[in-house]
Amino acid sequence: MMDVLPYLVAAWIFLVGCHGLATSRNLIHAVGCLAVCQAATYVLLLAVGYRDDATAPVLADITPGSRPVVDPVVQALALTDVVVGATVTALLLALVIQVAKRHHTLDPDELSELRG
Amino acid sequence: MSRRLRMWVLLLGLTGVAATLVTAALRLPAFGTATHPYGDRAVREALAHRTANAVAAVNFDQRAFDTLGEESILFAAVLGTVVLLRQARDERQVTPAPARVSAPVRRYALVLLPVTLVTGLYIVAHGQLTPGGGFQGGVVAATALHLLYIAVDYRALERIRPIGLFEVGDAAGEAAYLVTGAAALLAGSAYLANVLPHGTFNTLASGGTVPLLNAAIGMEVACAVVVLLARFLDQAVEIEEEGEEQ
Repeated sequence: MMDVLPYLVAAWIFLVGCHGLATSRNLIHAVGCLAVCQAATYVLLLAVGYRDDATAPVLADITPGSRPVVDPVVQALALTDVVVGATVTALLLALVIQVAKRHHTLDPDELSELRG
Repeated sequence: MSRRLRMWVLLLGLTGVAATLVTAALRLPAFGTATHPYGDRAVREALAHRTANAVAAVNFDQRAFDTLGEESILFAAVLGTVVLLRQARDERQVTPAPARVSAPVRRYALVLLPVTLVTGLYIVAHGQLTPGGGFQGGVVAATALHLLYIAVDYRALERIRPIGLFEVGDAAGEAAYLVTGAAALLAGSAYLANVLPHGTFNTLASGGTVPLLNAAIGMEVACAVVVLLARFLDQAVEIEEEGEEQ
């Protein structure tokens, strides 16, 4: 069970985020749920790259080849995703601010009509 | 569609996705196993290019072109936020009143400001050696400036933060990445190839183009975060709807 548990945790976080997105009655809450979905990808990536008894893939302090290191490729993917995700979240929150100003509501169900 | 029906559709969809994900997870290599074909190759390449931080080597050497794409998403997201949060026609700008800051908070923030700034720059500069790099160091450096907002007030922050300059810095960081990539073309190699001498392993001047691209990203991220926070702070502190009282 321990062999696949981290992957299942990632799947669970993703599904929880999706559920929140679909049932959300508040746009700020929805943006938060999207961030939860994204967090699932970090968990998955880091779980894929993990290696028992290995250290960080930074070879400044250890003799290269003396110890196994975890997978640097997935770490790099997670790293860039964090910063890019943060700015995209900022963009979405900016959209929410404008929606709140123009429509005076944060409930996505009340945003059905068009306004010029 | 009624709320009830929608919940059923959602449940159906989520169950399907959950079943697919579980089936996929059961076929993945077990957690913590030693087989990492890409990881081993990436570490070998990082050593060949004398970059001690294998993650930085992946980001700025082996996958440099992908990082360009990610950086462009970041740039576009900041641009979009700036456009969305500008002052609308029916809004006006108010001058925020300074608030009193308690002395311990002021001392603490003012002492930490230079420390945080230097830490951020250190993390950017040592990206090719130790954990860190442009993405992380840029965020730390940008946060440092905002300690002035906590320690003094909004106007003090505005004085050291000419927003136009930081917007130019954001664009310049993006441009520097593109120019470094194009320089490789002039050297007769592929776009974004690591053409510079690789230097001595585990020293500041190692990794060829990695430190340059790191610095470009560091500049872009630092400026981008400053611009983002400035726009959100403007919304919170300065911009009000017409007729609204403070």
